[in-house]
Amino acid sequence: MTNARRIKATGSSPLIRLRGLTKVYGQGEAAVHALAGIDLDIHDGEFVAVMGPSGSGKSTCMNIIGCLDVPTSGEYHFRGVEVDSLSSNQQALLRRHYLGFVFQGFNLLRRTTALENVELPLLYRGFGSSERRELALAALDSVGLTGWETHTASELSGGQQQRVAVARAIVTRPAVLLADEPTGNLDSTHGREIMDLLTEFNVSLGITIIMVTHEPYMAAYAQREIHFLDGRIQQDEARSLRGVRR
Amino acid sequence: MIISNALSLAVREIRRNLLRSGLTTLGVVIGIAAVIAMVNLGEGATTRVTGDIASLGRNLIIVSPGGDHNSGPGTTAPPFDVADAESIAREIPGVVAVAAVSSQLAVAVYGNANWPTSVLGTDNAYFDVREWSVERGRVFDAGELQAGKAVCVIGETVALELFGFQDPIGASIRFHKLSCKVIGVLDAKGQSSFGQDQDDLIILPLRTFQRRLTGNQDVALIFVSARSGQLTGKVQQDVTALMRERRHIPPGQQSNFQVSDMKEIVNMVESATGILTALLGAIAGISLLVGGIGIMNIMLVSVTERTQEIGIRLAIGAMERDVLMQFLVEAMVLSSIGGIFGVGLGLACSAIVGHYLDTPFVFNPLIIIVAVGFSCLVGVVFGYMPARRAARLNPIDALRHE
Ligand SMILES: Nc1ncnc2c1ncn2[C@@H]1O[C@H](COP(=O)(O)OP(=O)(O)OP(=O)(O)O)[C@@H](O)[C@H]1O
Ligand SMILES: [Mg+2]
Repeated sequence: MTNARRIKATGSSPLIRLRGLTKVYGQGEAAVHALAGIDLDIHDGEFVAVMGPSGSGKSTCMNIIGCLDVPTSGEYHFRGVEVDSLSSNQQALLRRHYLGFVFQGFNLLRRTTALENVELPLLYRGFGSSERRELALAALDSVGLTGWETHTASELSGGQQQRVAVARAIVTRPAVLLADEPTGNLDSTHGREIMDLLTEFNVSLGITIIMVTHEPYMAAYAQREIHFLDGRIQQDEARSLRGVRR
Repeated sequence: MIISNALSLAVREIRRNLLRSGLTTLGVVIGIAAVIAMVNLGEGATTRVTGDIASLGRNLIIVSPGGDHNSGPGTTAPPFDVADAESIAREIPGVVAVAAVSSQLAVAVYGNANWPTSVLGTDNAYFDVREWSVERGRVFDAGELQAGKAVCVIGETVALELFGFQDPIGASIRFHKLSCKVIGVLDAKGQSSFGQDQDDLIILPLRTFQRRLTGNQDVALIFVSARSGQLTGKVQQDVTALMRERRHIPPGQQSNFQVSDMKEIVNMVESATGILTALLGAIAGISLLVGGIGIMNIMLVSVTERTQEIGIRLAIGAMERDVLMQFLVEAMVLSSIGGIFGVGLGLACSAIVGHYLDTPFVFNPLIIIVAVGFSCLVGVVFGYMPARRAARLNPIDALRHE
């Protein structure tokens, strides 16, 4: 824990800094360049939308930022610390204390209740059981799942599972929330509710959000829009105004 | 992460996967129970058989006429006589008792009851070498032995068959035209492990037996009791030498009699039952192995699911050691539960089966330790090793594991 705590903002360096990041799957002829050189800076408090066609490398990039995967080459600095130089335990602590992740495929424990799924990251943070329960219930409530706490993940619909995944990612109030299509399985009403929730986290708690989406009206919630194409950043534009909500 | 957390996580996972947990535990239970039951039964059988042989008499040496199996057919070795027995008692040091014994089958009759049994002619030394005493009445007195009186000591079975609940002492029984007064009833020895009822006999003074039943001076067997277990070898040699001399066997020629040390027979039987125990142990070892493979199978089948679970845990901030702790505790809890039930079942089986086979219950802590140790090792290794491999993957690789 102490090691992870040492990851403090160093001067003006960005929260996340990627340089020449590549990720190659497979070898030789069959090699797939999922990321073909990414340079990217993301600062504290930003709300970034990542867009781009399917297979353009968005999830790959998110996984690397989330310390779930390692790049083939290139550099990744988190608050000025080179992530590659951290031990696997230190990376675990980075995930535990700084990052929240909503997976494209949810990745919930299937035979485990919604409540226990949401409590899980708190368990590893060392919260007591009553506190875990309280925070997890509040998080489930904020994604509109009150009454579904005791259902196991496999009993929930795709959209409900997605909302449990969102609740699990935000329950720890992470410094950075990485969300890979967090509204992909939701109708627009529930989708907008989640987006309102994320925006509120971003504005009132200063949580940095990086969100992959295919929907322009979802991307409109962000301050900055990054477009991926064939493993490269094709376009990176800031919005002066928060999008046309509603 | 604190141990109690790991424990509660593990218990929760066990409850959530009852089938998997149950099957794993079953593997441990069966393996342990099989080993314990088999080995305990084998040892019980050994204890019983050797105990039976020992009940023939301690430090016993039996001298019988007849050569070994090499002697040609038709050669009948001359029998012993009382003088042979007396010379052993007189000339060989380290001998505490010598009993000359002859026997015959007879149908004993008392009132309306009759009972086929064997009749033994011997003297009081027989009770010493066989460490046998009378339960009621008395043994022969010197006058009776000397004069060859028609008195007898009977075994428990004969007493029951002829007299039922009546008191046999003082009553007269008849066999081979001999009417004989019962003066004593022997302690019950029960069945030998060879299925022979040791209490089914009538004992007469040797002289009575020779005069009234056989009409000759022959003695079939001589029972010799050595003073201590160490002396039996020496006594065996001395008896052989003495008998060769008395029977005028020139050096180099084979003896026409045998001197067998019961200790050797005990050793032989012990090694035979030892092989039996080892065999049972080996079978049990195989069941242990099969149980182990069962555990392994279940653990490996669930690896995909568990690898994904580990990926999720790693992704939301678990360290390798948190995951390992959880899986280790889980494997240990399952193995311990299986161990407890396995030991219980194994002991219960050996007690029940032992009861029906009439073998004593032997408690062998070593085999329990070995069985429990092995099963737990299998449970822990195969619960733990895949988890360790998964916990070392990149979280994303663990998540994608198929
Ligand atoms: N584990 C893997 N092994 C091999 N190739 C992979 C692997 N993961 C991703 N790829 C390849 O990398 C490329 C980028 O994949 P990625 O998942 O980043 O796309 P994406 O932009 O998230 O697409 P989508 O919008 O469909 O989620 C794809 O061509 C994909 O086939
Ligand atoms: Mg994707």
